[in-house]
Amino acid sequence: MSSIPSQPREPGKASLFYDPKIRGYVYQIVLLAVVGFLIWSAASNAIENLRAQKIASGFGFWHNAAGFDVNQKLIPFSASGGSTYGQAFFVGLLNTLLVAAIGIVLATIIGFTVGVARLSNNWIVAKLAMVYVEVIRNIPLLLQLFFWYNAVLKPLPDARNSIALPGSIYLNNRGIILPSPNFGPAFEAVVVAFIVGIAAAIAFFIWSRRHQMQTGKQYHNGWIALALILGLPLLVFFITGRPLTFDYPQQGRFNLTGGMQIYPEFVALLIGLSTYTGGFIAEVVRAGILAVSKGQSEAANALGLRSGPTLKLVVIPQAMRVIIPPLTSQYLNLVKNSSLAVAIGYPDLVQVFMGTVLNQTGQAVEMVSITMAVYLTISLVTSFFMNIYNKRMALVER
Amino acid sequence: MKTYFAAALAVAASVACAGGAQAQSNTLAQVKSKGSVTCGVGPGLAGFGIPDAQGNWTGLDVDLCRSIAAAIFNDPSKVKFVPLSSKDRFTALQSGEVDLLARNTTWTLSRDTSLGLNFAGVNYYDGQGFMVRKKLGVDSALKLAGASVCTQQGTTTELNLADYFRANKMKYEVVAFATSDETIKAYESGRCDAFTTDSSGLYAERLKLQVPEDHIVLPEIISKEPLGPVVRHGDDQWFDIVKWSFNAQLNAEELGITKANVDEMLKSENPEIKRFVGTEGKFGEALGLTNDWAFRIVKQVGNYGESFERNVGLSSQLKIARGLNALWTKGGLQYAPPIR
Repeated sequence: MSSIPSQPREPGKASLFYDPKIRGYVYQIVLLAVVGFLIWSAASNAIENLRAQKIASGFGFWHNAAGFDVNQKLIPFSASGGSTYGQAFFVGLLNTLLVAAIGIVLATIIGFTVGVARLSNNWIVAKLAMVYVEVIRNIPLLLQLFFWYNAVLKPLPDARNSIALPGSIYLNNRGIILPSPNFGPAFEAVVVAFIVGIAAAIAFFIWSRRHQMQTGKQYHNGWIALALILGLPLLVFFITGRPLTFDYPQQGRFNLTGGMQIYPEFVALLIGLSTYTGGFIAEVVRAGILAVSKGQSEAANALGLRSGPTLKLVVIPQAMRVIIPPLTSQYLNLVKNSSLAVAIGYPDLVQVFMGTVLNQTGQAVEMVSITMAVYLTISLVTSFFMNIYNKRMALVER
Repeated sequence: MKTYFAAALAVAASVACAGGAQAQSNTLAQVKSKGSVTCGVGPGLAGFGIPDAQGNWTGLDVDLCRSIAAAIFNDPSKVKFVPLSSKDRFTALQSGEVDLLARNTTWTLSRDTSLGLNFAGVNYYDGQGFMVRKKLGVDSALKLAGASVCTQQGTTTELNLADYFRANKMKYEVVAFATSDETIKAYESGRCDAFTTDSSGLYAERLKLQVPEDHIVLPEIISKEPLGPVVRHGDDQWFDIVKWSFNAQLNAEELGITKANVDEMLKSENPEIKRFVGTEGKFGEALGLTNDWAFRIVKQVGNYGESFERNVGLSSQLKIARGLNALWTKGGLQYAPPIR
């Protein structure tokens, strides 16, 4: 409505009917009423139709027993345990979040590596990065997922002829089977030591930055942090008498039993999503770096900085301002694209909830609206945090 | 602003109108005005519903759709087939996208009630089974403890599988796919030890494998799967038409009326046959059709036995014996109420 011209007028000259301000309000109210009516009529129409066909509605199904099983689950879920549709929802949601979270981390690593590589002075590295980006960006993700699923499954042997890797890790077409850890009671001390180590490392970073500002003296921050974060828990681990045992996989009739399993559907989806989104992030990163004017790195060179610190201290911080907003939308794309999991049998939210649960209950309206609300929430939360990060990185104007 | 406003009004008007036209009104009148029956079928299950090399749909379920078209239009080709995965089928029927489902759908209580559907009979009595590779050396489903099982999601199969392993206290891993093609492909690639679906489907899917002889169907049948045509709640006349189109196929077989002899039957003096072919009584008009509706079905499509033999029986690729699907007079379960 900001477009309504509001020239100063002599009050009382124009009739109310022609007053642009009043007209503006009237339009707003009418529009609001129309939108409200649209929503109301769509909803009441849906409810009316459901009732006429005697289709069950409402959310009573949430506590009904589900009666089916899911292979990959982060929380206990089984038909024999009497798990409910509500629990099936959380199984699917957690699987979506798991693949999205790991996918975002991997895609960021791939994207930054490839993006920087595309600007490399090394001809082969730059061209390889270019080929990667062009191939990945120009093939539909669904096809890539089918490719990875088959590429992961096909060359691997069946469960009776698993490839044994060192450390009791087995590889077959049922996935990767690892020894699963059993934590002893004293393991909590190790976790505490780990948290203390992280806190100490952060404290050290703050101190060393301040110390550098005052004296110009630099420390090997990375090594000291590593020692604090990993060394401290390791020390506690050995002092408490190694409170950790492993459950090793055993050969059963069909499959290896025991241990924990990483399913091929998960691996294929993760590879597919992170390489695909990585290709887009690479372009975002390249654009960001190219947006920093050449004078900046020339100035850094003139001050005597080598190319590594120039990139780290001068170019990247300025490039981030250009990178973050499009990076956010790539993250959101990755989260939403994870719903393609349904094609390769990975039990994500869409597969479990909009697939099996919808079919067993037949309540499409409820299922679809819940699922849409979930994706909306995940996306809004992601962009909320990215906006906070963006504000921190934004140019501080003085 | 004005154009937006006009557009919004137009959208509002169209939604309001759409609200007026309810999906479940008079299906027969809608079918007649469209000029064809829209039939939801499986996305390709040999013997039940699959397009041939020329793109013509054939199969036991397809014949049911064709007999409804024959009864209404006297033309079995007036059917529009909509292939639906098991995941999408009920939504398509509920929303009015298809007039009926004829795609190996199991009749259960919850589908009859909370899904808002009506099953118009059982055109195939089936049961769920397992298929495994011969080289595994498994000869019974009870030896499947610890196996990975590929199945299609959104089916009763998925639930029966959980029930069976739970009842026999066996562990297993389920891998569920959205479509039957993906499921059988994953099984073939070795992702699973066993593939499970209705046993008729097992035989049909086995034909799709590279070397069908390397796979065996285990003897156990773990569930009851009465498969039949489905319509939505709220239109009893349409429900009756679908139900009686199927019953007509069964009654024809019982009365010995076939595609070949149906013309002679018009001269029959047997009162049951006279009622069937419409030379006595006004049974077709009671359904909202013409009195020769059942005659048309047999003339154009054939009786149930002919349809069975042609599509899934011993003269087809699938070579399934009549078994439970024989007429009640021959030791099976197929029994139709009389036309009178």
